[in-house]
Amino acid sequence: MGQSCYHCGLDCDADRIVFQEKVFCCAGCKTVYEILSGNGLEGYYKLEKTPGISPEQKAGKYDFLDNADLQQRLLEFDDGEWAVVNLYIPQMHCSSCIWVLENLHKLDDRVRSSQVNFPRKTARITFRSALGLKALVLLMATIGYAPHISLEDYDKKEGAVNRSLIYKLGVAGFAFGNVMLLSFPEYFEMDEYWLNQYKPFFRLIMFVMSLPVVFYAASDYFRSAWKGLRAGILNIDVPIALGIAVLFLRSTWEIMTDTGQGFFDSLTGLLFFLLLGRYFQQRTYDFLSFERDYKSYFPIGITRINTSGKEEPVDIYKIKEGDRLLIRNEEIIPADAILLRGKARIDYSFVTGESDPVTKISGDSLFAGGKQLGEAIEVQAVKNVSQSYLTQLWSNEVFQNDKSTRFRDLTNSVSKYFTIIILLIALISGVVWFMLDASKAIPVITAILIVACPCALALSAPFTLGNMLRIFGRNKFYLKDAQVIERMAGLNTVVFDKTGTITSGLGNEITYSGEDLGEEEGGLLRSALRNSNHPLSRQLYELLDAYDIKPLESFKEYAGKGVEAQSDGALVRAGSSSFVGVEQDALSLKTVVHVGVNNTYKGAYTFYNKYRKGIASLFKRLKRNYELVILSGDNDSEKGNLEKLLPAGTGMFFNQKPDDKLEYVRFHQQEGAGVMMVGDGLNDAGALQQSDVGVAIAENVNVFSPACDAILDASKIQELDRYLWASLKAVTIIKYSFILSFLYNIIGLFFAVTGQLSPVVAAILMPISSLTVVGFTTLATGWVGKRLK
Amino acid sequence: MSVIYILITVSLVVAVVFFIAFVTAVKSGQFDDSYTPSVRMLFEDELVEKDASENEKSEPSK
Repeated sequence: MGQSCYHCGLDCDADRIVFQEKVFCCAGCKTVYEILSGNGLEGYYKLEKTPGISPEQKAGKYDFLDNADLQQRLLEFDDGEWAVVNLYIPQMHCSSCIWVLENLHKLDDRVRSSQVNFPRKTARITFRSALGLKALVLLMATIGYAPHISLEDYDKKEGAVNRSLIYKLGVAGFAFGNVMLLSFPEYFEMDEYWLNQYKPFFRLIMFVMSLPVVFYAASDYFRSAWKGLRAGILNIDVPIALGIAVLFLRSTWEIMTDTGQGFFDSLTGLLFFLLLGRYFQQRTYDFLSFERDYKSYFPIGITRINTSGKEEPVDIYKIKEGDRLLIRNEEIIPADAILLRGKARIDYSFVTGESDPVTKISGDSLFAGGKQLGEAIEVQAVKNVSQSYLTQLWSNEVFQNDKSTRFRDLTNSVSKYFTIIILLIALISGVVWFMLDASKAIPVITAILIVACPCALALSAPFTLGNMLRIFGRNKFYLKDAQVIERMAGLNTVVFDKTGTITSGLGNEITYSGEDLGEEEGGLLRSALRNSNHPLSRQLYELLDAYDIKPLESFKEYAGKGVEAQSDGALVRAGSSSFVGVEQDALSLKTVVHVGVNNTYKGAYTFYNKYRKGIASLFKRLKRNYELVILSGDNDSEKGNLEKLLPAGTGMFFNQKPDDKLEYVRFHQQEGAGVMMVGDGLNDAGALQQSDVGVAIAENVNVFSPACDAILDASKIQELDRYLWASLKAVTIIKYSFILSFLYNIIGLFFAVTGQLSPVVAAILMPISSLTVVGFTTLATGWVGKRLK
Repeated sequence: MSVIYILITVSLVVAVVFFIAFVTAVKSGQFDDSYTPSVRMLFEDELVEKDASENEKSEPSK
């Protein structure tokens, strides 16, 4: 009909609901509309068209919030009358969302106020303790904004936001502006009576203002230089710290002995530009987390059945071996367990990336991390949470060490030589001047150290990488930090996971082989499939939409075998080979649905993985410069298909367990390869962490992806080679801007070595060199960004 | 002549006041979220107009 839901904007098919002349796709959406309009919140629909989210109804999902211990862990503040909680709401996506969440008090007057932080997708809510956290969460769930509460919230760190960089930037900027004004008159000094009278006063103020800059704003540089020296590394902060120290000491000496005005303006300006570069590079994506482990997938509480048979909510860290747990629909099994009662259909897609659910029967063992679909089941834990198979993966040492420390970036590798050369120049010219004119030796040495202070050099990488980071972000490729770009430029191997990464998580490719089904038989088959909820039936039903539905006389579904239906005297069977009655190809691992009508075999539908668009050409382009490998946790049924699709020489390994993937990556790194791992599920988490650059593919970047260095939107995977190209270009840009900054250094050194470096030359040279580098990197990265589109 | 000392002192005091204002603003978290306030600002008008009557009834005094 082409009508879309007034609330959520989905297309409404046959079962739409009309209420108050508005169309809704489901009862849930209608309920939300009723609640909102009944409370004077129609404005929700005025700000944006169809802003809503269809609410999910899951009974008992938040029962764990009844547990007083857990409540206290989640609440930020609670004095018995008022309580404050900060909730993460991943569904938040538009200004209407902000509006309705900030107007929660209209829905329940026990909510006092709520404040949304949109970039972080959180809402901070103050409410009367009498309302209770559970009631609040349920209220939000009924209007479609169910907060995500996971084990990660268990040990919440108290809002320790590090704002020191902003303070330092403020201090440096403040001092820079004021010192520049005060130092200006002396640049035009003509031995004026007026100026001579006030000179000491101006100089004193400049000195006082530079104190917080040197001792507070510059403290990070001194600390980092000291750390580097102790570890025997000449990092970029060594010449910077040296430059700052010399600038400050010489300037102080000059004003104390009344021999000059000092370089206070250069000093404060230098710090201001350097910190600006840091700030620019530091800003990343608030709403994405790159540090996730199993904790953000796991619930914080679960229902335990105690010895007297009563259900009680319990903290999942309190689960012990032998505890009986109730797992409801869509709940995650928190610990390795044995199924006691109920029909389990477990979705292990978090763990393995495999999207088809697995059916288990009573007595089977279940691994932690699986999600139950369907009815509630009862399980008995055989291990506690932290000893379960999945969580054990995180005790691997890979997760303990930070890979950014293993990597030495371009700036620091250059700075080693830079520092040595500068020290040599200072030494030689010091000696030469000592022989020519001993009184000038010290001024020359200090001038060299001042002018060589690698401000422009230190700014090259932050501005180039910071810009690239934003350009990638606009192209839906989100990097954890700027260093990842440099690491990307040093890769020679790209390893892909199969399921969920190069195949799309949704749907399969289905082919039919056998006798043509006529109008009658096709219709009969489709009608039979319509009654089945098996995932294969649902997919096949969608495929056969050309046939008309027929009324059925009988329908039967045999679990694990197939479906059988009768109409107009014809009997159709669809399912496994033995069910339909054909010889089975015992070696075939493919997923096949056989079809028979009236006991004669008709043919079979074979399900293939559906590969993402552009995968074949992506591989072809990548193959030119990179070694390609596929590591799959699945069996090798897709091997033939992959070989046809992908260029020759692509390595393929099947039946890889999470540990195998990690070991594979590590092995290749030991052979000197730079490895990029592209994966999606928790089963890739180890390999993502071990690789030089771990990229998580996400259908929706707001849902969870394992710990990684970068998150790539699934729709952009075919652009991966372009992103690798852009990272190479970024490194080239950095190299060119190094050359630029060296040119300025040579000019500066000329003044310094010949003993002519006056404060005004330093004050002009330093900002010009920085601005040139910033301008060049901005233009060059902008050009690369344009080429990316 | 000494008026220049007074002028500079005054200007510095003004500058320091602004600096303190900046520090307090950062401390209170104003720079943590630079997006939401820009959206929130646009809500107010509509709200008052539409729900003025309802607000009085349902919301008790602060």
